[in-house]
Amino acid sequence: MVSIVSLQGVVALLGRFPALAGADLEVGESEIVLVQGPNGAGKSTLLRVCAGLLRIEAGWAEVLGHDLVTDRAAVRRSVGLLGHDTALYDDLTVEENLRFWARASRVEDDAVPAALDRLGVAERLRDVSVRNLSAGQRRRTALAAVVVRRPHLWLLDEPHSGLDQSGRDLIDQVILDAAAAGATVMLASHELDRTLDLATRHLTVAGGAITSDERGSRNPGGHDAA
Amino acid sequence: MTNPPIDLPAHTGSRTTRLLGVAVLVGVVTMILLGFFVAPEDDLMADSVRMIFVHVPSAILTYVAFSVTAIGSVMWLWKRSVWWDIVAHSSAEIGVIFCGLTLITGSIWGRPTWNTYWEWGDVRLVTTLILFVLMVGYLAVRSMDGDESAVATRASVVGIIAAVNIPIINRSVEWWADRTLHQQSSITDGKLEDWTLFTMFLGIVVSGVFYTWAMTHRFRIAWLERELRDGDLGEAIAARRAEAAASGGVS
Amino acid sequence: MLRDVWLIATKDLQIEWRSRVTFSQVGPFAGLVLVLFGFALDANRPVLLQATSGLFWVTVMFVSTLAVQRSTSIETTDGARRALLLAGIEPAAVFVGKSIAVAVQLLVVEIVLLAGVVVLYSAHVEAWGLVFATCLVATVGIAAAGTLLGALVAGVRARETVLPILLLPVLAPVLIGATRAFDDALGSVAVDGWSWLGLLAGFGVINVVLGALSYGVLLEET
Repeated sequence: MVSIVSLQGVVALLGRFPALAGADLEVGESEIVLVQGPNGAGKSTLLRVCAGLLRIEAGWAEVLGHDLVTDRAAVRRSVGLLGHDTALYDDLTVEENLRFWARASRVEDDAVPAALDRLGVAERLRDVSVRNLSAGQRRRTALAAVVVRRPHLWLLDEPHSGLDQSGRDLIDQVILDAAAAGATVMLASHELDRTLDLATRHLTVAGGAITSDERGSRNPGGHDAA
Repeated sequence: MTNPPIDLPAHTGSRTTRLLGVAVLVGVVTMILLGFFVAPEDDLMADSVRMIFVHVPSAILTYVAFSVTAIGSVMWLWKRSVWWDIVAHSSAEIGVIFCGLTLITGSIWGRPTWNTYWEWGDVRLVTTLILFVLMVGYLAVRSMDGDESAVATRASVVGIIAAVNIPIINRSVEWWADRTLHQQSSITDGKLEDWTLFTMFLGIVVSGVFYTWAMTHRFRIAWLERELRDGDLGEAIAARRAEAAASGGVS
Repeated sequence: MLRDVWLIATKDLQIEWRSRVTFSQVGPFAGLVLVLFGFALDANRPVLLQATSGLFWVTVMFVSTLAVQRSTSIETTDGARRALLLAGIEPAAVFVGKSIAVAVQLLVVEIVLLAGVVVLYSAHVEAWGLVFATCLVATVGIAAAGTLLGALVAGVRARETVLPILLLPVLAPVLIGATRAFDDALGSVAVDGWSWLGLLAGFGVINVVLGALSYGVLLEET
């Protein structure tokens, strides 16, 4: 198994608060990992550490072959993070935002129309200012900005929140497609009824550590387990 | 409640700081005696010459203190040295006091000498005023919310911006004023009486000793505060893990 | 690197072009300052003319704090700072790009202000070359120092008050130098304006280098 994420005893601080207090984790290729746990358990921090955004105070971590302790910036280009913020510019249109983030991430411009289409924000929303989008449309646009980057590791923080039924189905499909194409997905979610079936693994995070790790109903690679 | 993880001393004094403190006290008393009774009036400046016993040493220590802050700022960004970070912060706090003293004595001295409290034509005073505002800005950044190392980083960048810009500020004020009213020569041109000179140099020494004494205490306080917090961090990690164990049974 | 600089600068300018937030705040403010000083000093036209270059640059200083605040808030309101890091753009490129966008906006304001002092104060420009050179060189320094300090106070509660406390004293050489150069260009004081450009250029270079070196650590840690 190719190791995509490998954490050993990782401690990460938010200010002086140990949001992660010794997390151990191994994630392999094409896995869809559901990260569940109560509010404030450290789910978001776990995703941000994997994205190379947070300094690691103690422990050891490697993501996509990059050592996060010595050089956490190197991994960033290869991950896609959908956080609580959507990282979109209010005064630009949906398409302009996507083109900007594609260029910033050094992705070909022609990936943009496909990503817009995929998330259903092409046609009449394409030229609308992000300011005038609904929360759900905004979320879809933000996910399109992740899709356009074709990351090897997807880090999705509550991807279903604020979306309608069709939006949720769409996100599930995007996740499955990404995993089928060889990417690894970690998603933090409270919506267990949808995500339990989606994931190949279920992690429970509590108190800044991973407290349980179970096989899911799917196998890596997208085939349902017997 | 658990005990603090380290034995905290009751105070930040030590044999050395007490010695330094006594030296400062003796120095100040000597300064008062020499300054008011031994050093003579100046031919030109009369009694107001006595202001230089405070003014010149404060000015020198202002720039010493701020240089230390600038060095500390570089060391924090370069080596992540907490020691230097605390030194930078402490030095800025003490430096701002010296800087204020310099400005106050300068303008009081200016009243009888230049017939005005504030003379915009004086390059050094104007530069020092800008430095004062920058130091206040530095301390404002220090008191901002946010996590400790982020605050240290922000403050360090301010310290470096200030240090890099002070020479050019000085140069611009100098050109702008076209001249300076400042007493540049009176120290070296031999116009000052021997006792006046001696008292002034003693003032520099006393200020330097005071700076060292205050820095030591301020540094130790900040260091202990940090020790306490680091102790807290160890506990916090344990508490955070306990939280995990508690909820582990539930899920 | 240059590609990213261009990307960031055009993005910021496009946002300003769409929203006109800076300009809609700054335009009325700048006009008001000119009119108010006109009322305050008009009884004495020579004084007004003598003060023109100082007023011009003081107004530009205040405008620059507004422009910098807006430039910073573009990145902080919806977490774009983090996304810029994730995209893997060099922080120095972000710094230079954002500085260029601020500089362009300030130059537009300066042109409008210039028209204002010519019309309202009947200022007589004797050396247009010096005026434009001063605006250009001074604005580079203002934009660089402003963008750096803007990132420094980004996301902090008291940023609206802390930014001017830090920025205005740092900009003192620009205020002094550009005012003197304008004094020469407007013929109000007999000084050699061109010699001040050297100082303004020095300020610009120092602060661009400083910003390019330290922007990353601010983006990363705050």
